[in-house]
Amino acid sequence: MSAPTSRARAWRGVLTTPLGATAAVLLALVLAVAVLGPVLWTQSADAVDTGNILGAPSGEHWAGTDNLGRDIVARVLVAGRLSILLAFAAIGIAIGVGLLLGSAPFLLGNGRAARLVSAGVNVAVAFPGLLLALFFAVVFGVGATGAVLAIGLAGAPTFARLTQTLVAGLAGREYVAAARVAGVGRLRILVRHVLPNLREPLVVNATIGAGSSLLAFAGLSFLGLGVQSPSYDWGRLLYDGVGSLYVNPAAALAPGLAVLVAGLAFNLFGEAVAKGLGVTELTGPRVRRPATKAAPEPDEQRDHSEGRPSADVVLEVRDLKVSFAGRDGQLRPVRGVSFSVHRGEALGVVGESGSGKSLTALAVTRLLGDDATVEAERLRLLGQDLLAEATPAQRRLLGTSLAMVFQDPMSSFNPTRRIGRQLAEVGTEHQGMTRAEAMARAVDRLDAVRVSDAADRVRQYPHEFSGGMRQRAMIGMGLMGSPSLIVADEPTTALDVTVQQQVLDLLSAIRDADDLALVLISHDVTVVGEVCDRVLVMYAGRIVEDLATADLATAAQHPYTRALVAAVPDMATDVSEPLATIPGRPVGPADTPAGCAYADRCPLADVRCRSEEPPLERTAAGGRVACWHPGGEPDVVLAGPDLRRVER
Amino acid sequence: MSELRFEDVSVRYGRHTAVDAVSLTVPPGTVVGLVGESGSGKSTLARATVGLVEPTSGTITLGGAPLPRRGRRPLQMVFQDPYSSLDPRMSIGSSIAEAMPRDETTATRQGRREEVRRLLELVHLGSTSPDARPGKLSGGQRQRVALARALAGRPDVIIADEITSALDVSIQGAVLNLVRELQQELGLSMLFISHNLAVVRYVASRVAVMRAGRIVEEGTTATVLGQPEHPYTRELLDAVPGRNPR
Amino acid sequence: MSATTTPIGHAAPAGPTSAGPGADAAHPRVWERPWARFAVRRLGRLLVSLWVLVTASFAMIHLIPGDPVRGALGPTAPADLVAARRASLGLDDPILVQYAHYLRSLSTGDLGTSLGSQLPVADIVGQRLPATLLLGLLGFLLAVAIAVPLGTLAGVLTRRGHGRRTELGFTTSSIVIATVPDFLLGVGLVYVFGVHLGWLPVAGNESASAYVLPVVSLAVGPAAILARIVRVELVEVLDADYVRTARAKRLAPWKVYLGHALPNALTSALTIGGLLLGSMVAGTVLVENVFAWPGLGSTIVSSILAKDYPLVQAIVLVYGIGVLVVNNVVDVVLALLDPRSMIRED
Repeated sequence: MSAPTSRARAWRGVLTTPLGATAAVLLALVLAVAVLGPVLWTQSADAVDTGNILGAPSGEHWAGTDNLGRDIVARVLVAGRLSILLAFAAIGIAIGVGLLLGSAPFLLGNGRAARLVSAGVNVAVAFPGLLLALFFAVVFGVGATGAVLAIGLAGAPTFARLTQTLVAGLAGREYVAAARVAGVGRLRILVRHVLPNLREPLVVNATIGAGSSLLAFAGLSFLGLGVQSPSYDWGRLLYDGVGSLYVNPAAALAPGLAVLVAGLAFNLFGEAVAKGLGVTELTGPRVRRPATKAAPEPDEQRDHSEGRPSADVVLEVRDLKVSFAGRDGQLRPVRGVSFSVHRGEALGVVGESGSGKSLTALAVTRLLGDDATVEAERLRLLGQDLLAEATPAQRRLLGTSLAMVFQDPMSSFNPTRRIGRQLAEVGTEHQGMTRAEAMARAVDRLDAVRVSDAADRVRQYPHEFSGGMRQRAMIGMGLMGSPSLIVADEPTTALDVTVQQQVLDLLSAIRDADDLALVLISHDVTVVGEVCDRVLVMYAGRIVEDLATADLATAAQHPYTRALVAAVPDMATDVSEPLATIPGRPVGPADTPAGCAYADRCPLADVRCRSEEPPLERTAAGGRVACWHPGGEPDVVLAGPDLRRVER
Repeated sequence: MSELRFEDVSVRYGRHTAVDAVSLTVPPGTVVGLVGESGSGKSTLARATVGLVEPTSGTITLGGAPLPRRGRRPLQMVFQDPYSSLDPRMSIGSSIAEAMPRDETTATRQGRREEVRRLLELVHLGSTSPDARPGKLSGGQRQRVALARALAGRPDVIIADEITSALDVSIQGAVLNLVRELQQELGLSMLFISHNLAVVRYVASRVAVMRAGRIVEEGTTATVLGQPEHPYTRELLDAVPGRNPR
Repeated sequence: MSATTTPIGHAAPAGPTSAGPGADAAHPRVWERPWARFAVRRLGRLLVSLWVLVTASFAMIHLIPGDPVRGALGPTAPADLVAARRASLGLDDPILVQYAHYLRSLSTGDLGTSLGSQLPVADIVGQRLPATLLLGLLGFLLAVAIAVPLGTLAGVLTRRGHGRRTELGFTTSSIVIATVPDFLLGVGLVYVFGVHLGWLPVAGNESASAYVLPVVSLAVGPAAILARIVRVELVEVLDADYVRTARAKRLAPWKVYLGHALPNALTSALTIGGLLLGSMVAGTVLVENVFAWPGLGSTIVSSILAKDYPLVQAIVLVYGIGVLVVNNVVDVVLALLDPRSMIRED
C-alpha cells in the first residue's frame, strides 16, 4: 500500500473486477447525463403540448407526458444535472463539516473542549439522517437551498464520527507518537501523517455518501420539501408522477428508475473501491518458482525410539505437508515434517515466526480451517488414523485424548459464556455426563490446575480471570477428559515472566504425574529448554534439526540452531562480547529458495547448499539434522566490529 | 549531556494509579534498565517522560531544568513495534529528517540529506537508500531506522520502550549490539525498558525494578541481579526461563 | 489422568503476584459493581441526550429566520392577529423565560396548540403515534426475521476459504437491495400490487392486508444491510480463537456454529445494527407518505409545509425520543448478552 505504483495497481484492480467495471460504466453514464442532459434535451423537456396532457407512453413520448404535456423522458434526462449537483453540494458540506468536527478533538489535544466536541458528535450520530434533515428543513425553510444545507449538515455527524475514529486510530499509532516526541506540531502531524491515511476511506465513503445524499434528496423532494417548481430534480418529478400513478405510471417509474440507477452507480462504485483496496492488501505474495523438489525423508521413524515398544508412540507424523491456495498458486508453509512423540515425553518445537511450527501443531491436531490442505504419509494419534474421514468415534478420541493450549488465553475463551460451562461442555459432549456431573468435574479440574475458589470461579466470565489463571483454566479444560497428549502452542508468550513460570511448572507437573506426552511449541529456546527432553528446530517449513535439549547449548549440529541459541542473551551471557547475529531475515513460504532454505543467511553455505536441499539425516548423537555441513566451523557469525555484514 | 531525574512522579488515570511516586535518576552516559511486568507502569513512565502523558504530580527534570513542552525535545523515544512506529507512507529519510532540529546543518536540503546518510551509516544501514519505504525493510532494520530517527533529534537521553520484544530472535541480537555500541561510541544516556531481565542485564549498567507503579529496587546491574534485596526482584529472577534446564 | 482432587505438582501456594485482578474485587460494594456503574452511566447519558433533544426542539423555532408566526399565517394576515398569536405563544417574552416555560409545559405533558387546527398538539400526537409505532415495530421484526437467517446462512457458506462466488453474489445483491430507498420501493410496490395487479390496498391502515406493502417497503432495505452485517460478523467470529477452542473440544459442528459463533456474531451485529434500527424510526416518515398512513410521518410533512411549528416541534421531539429509546434498549440488550460491554466503556 505504500508505494504509489501499488496504489495504481490497486485502482486498476478495482476496475477490472466485474463489479467494479459495471459500477464504473454506470457512473460514467450517470455523469455523462448530468453534463449533457440539459444541453441536449432542455428544449423538448420544456415544450408544452396542451393537446397531450398526461399522455400514455407512445413512440414519440416513451414515458408519456406530464400535466402540461411535456415529455417525461426528456425531463428526467435534464433533471439529472440538478439532482447530481445538489447531491454533490450536500456531500461537500457533510465532508467539510465532518472533517472539521472529526479532527477537532485531535487538534485540541485531549482536553475538555475535545471531549465536548466528540460527545456532541456521538449524540448527533445516533439520530438518523432523515430526522436531522427534517429538523434543518424546518430551520432553513422548504426549498433547494434549505434541503442542501439540511442534507449536508445531517450527513456531517457520520463523517465526523468516521474521521474521528480514523484519526483516533492513527493518533494511537506509534509513528504519530514518535513525531510528537520529535517536537512536530499537531497541525503538521495532522497534515503529514494523519490526513494522507484518510484519503482512501474518505474517497470510498464520499462516493457512497454521494449516492446516499442523492437518494436522500430524492426523498425530501418526494415529500415536497426539496426542490420547488418550476425547478425540478428527480425527486420532484417522482412527486409529480406519483400523483398521476393511476393515469400514467411511467411518469413516476421513469424518474424512480433514474434515481435508482444513479444511486446504485455511486454505491456500487464505492463498494467496489472499498473491496478492491482492501483485498489487495490481503492477497498473498507470489510464489516465485514451482514447488521445491523435497528431499527424501529417511524412511524410518527410529529417531529416539530405540528400545521402546511402538505401543508407546502417542503421536506419529510422517511427511506432513500443509498448503494454502494463494492468489497466484499454492503456498506450502509446511514442507514435509516427520516426528513422533512417546508416552511421557516432552517434545519442544522451536522456530521463528513463519517457520511453520504453529501450522504443524494445528495440522496434526486437525484444527486447521478447511482452506488449508493437509497431506501426510501417516498421521496417527494412539494408533488411530487422523487423516481418515471424521467420525463421531474419532471426534470422541480427539476430544478426550488430546488437550490443546493456545497462545492467547484472553481470546481463546468464549467471552460471553461462563468458564464452568465452557469446561463442562467437554464432559457432556464426550463423556456422557449430565450437566451437574460435568460441572462438578469442571470444579474439580480447575482445582487441579490450582485455580483458587474453583466452585465460585466456574460462575465467572473469562474477563474476570487474570491472564495466568485463564491459561490454567485452559489447561484444566484439556484435563476434563483423560488426555494422552497435550499440545501447547506458545502457551506462555502472552504472559508475564512470573506467570509464565507457573504455567510451565504446571505443564511439567501434569506430564510427570500421569506420564502424558507433551508437545510444546515456542519461539523461545530457553522456554523449551526448561520443559522438554527433545527439541525440533524448524526453519521455513521443515525440521532442520532434532536433538536432545541437553545438547542445545553445546552439541547442536545445524548452524541455524547454534546461531539461534547464541543470539538470545541469558543470565549467563558474557556482557563484554557482542551477541551473535544472523544476517538477513527469515524466508517465508512464498520465497523459499531452491536449495537449503537457510543458505542465504548461513556462513557455511556453498554451491551445493544453494542448489540442493539437504535431507534430514541421523546424527551420531542420535538426533537428526538437515545440513550439508553439520557441525562445521565457524560455529557462529560473530558480529563484532564487523556488524556491517548484517546488512548484506 | 545532562542528568535525567524523576522526583516523586505519579500518573493517575481516573482512580487508577499507573505510576506511584517514582524517583529515579539516569546519570549522563549510562544506560539504566527499567524492568517490570505488564501493568507495572513502566511504559506509562516512559510516555510521561517524553510528554505523551502528563504526570499528575512530581517533576521530571533534565540537567536540573524542567522539560520543555514545545519545540525541540531533548528526549527521544524508540517504540516497541517497529511496524507501527514508522509512517508507512513516508520514506525512511523523511521520517529521520522530520526529527532533526532546525539549525545551520539542517537548514538546506543538502545538509539534511547528508545528516540522514550519516545517521543511517551510524546504525549500519549505510547501504539502504533513504528513499526506501518502511515496507521494504525487515523488523530489525526498521528498529534501527527508529533509532536513527531518535538520534536525529540530538537527544540528551533516549527512552527505549521494549524495543526488541516485537523482533524475531535471530534479529534482536543485532539491535542489542547496536544499542551497546552507540552507548559506548556516543556516550548516550538511555532509559532502557524491558520485561526481559537477560536483555536488560546485557545492555544496562544500572537497573530499576518496577512493580504496581512503584520502584521496589534500584542499583547497579551486578548488585540488583546478583544480590537482590526485594522479594519481588528475587521472584522475577527465579522466573527467568532457562535457570533450570533439564 | 486420574480424577483425583489433589492439586497437581508443586503444592507451594501461588506467589503474591499470581492473585488475579478478580481476587481482591470479589465482594465490591453495590455501587461499585459493574452493572450498577453501567446503569448509572447509561442513565446519565440518556438524561443528557434528552436535554440536548429538548433544547434542540426548543431552539428550532428560534433558529428560523424571520417571524415564524408571520410565516405561518402568511403575508396577508392582519398585524394584530400576528401580534396576538405571538403573545399567546409567548414569543415576546425573553428567551430564557420562554425556555423555562417550554420545559415546564413539557413536564406536564402540554405540547402546545396547533397553529392550523387549534387542537392541543398532545392530542394529535397521541392519536397518530400508535399507527407509527405499529408500523415501525412490524418493520423491525420483519427485517430481523429476514436478515438473521439469511446472514447466518451466507456466513456459513462463505466462511474463510469458501464460496468466493457466493460471497460476491450475496454482497452485490445486498448492496443493490439496500440502495433501493424505502419510498421508491413503496412506489414500485404500489404500482405492481396496487395499480397493476390490484391485489393489495395501497393506502390507509384499515385492514390487515393494508399492512403488507408498507411494512415490506420499510423492512427490505434495513434487512439487506443487517444481513450483510450478520454475515461479516459471523465470518469474523468463525475465525476467532475461541471458536478454534470450541473445535478443539471436538464439539459437533452445529454446536460450534449455534452455541459459540452465532451468539457472539449477533452481539457484534447488534452493536453496529443499533444505528440501523434508529434509522428505521425515520424511515417510517417516507413510507407513511407513500401509503397515506395515518401516523406521525404524514403529519410532520404536512405540518412542515403548513408551517405549523408547535406540531412540528412536538413530532421531532417524539421521533427523537423514539430513537433514544431504541438506542438504549440496544445497549441494555448488549449488556445482557455480553458481560464485557458493561466494562469496556468504563
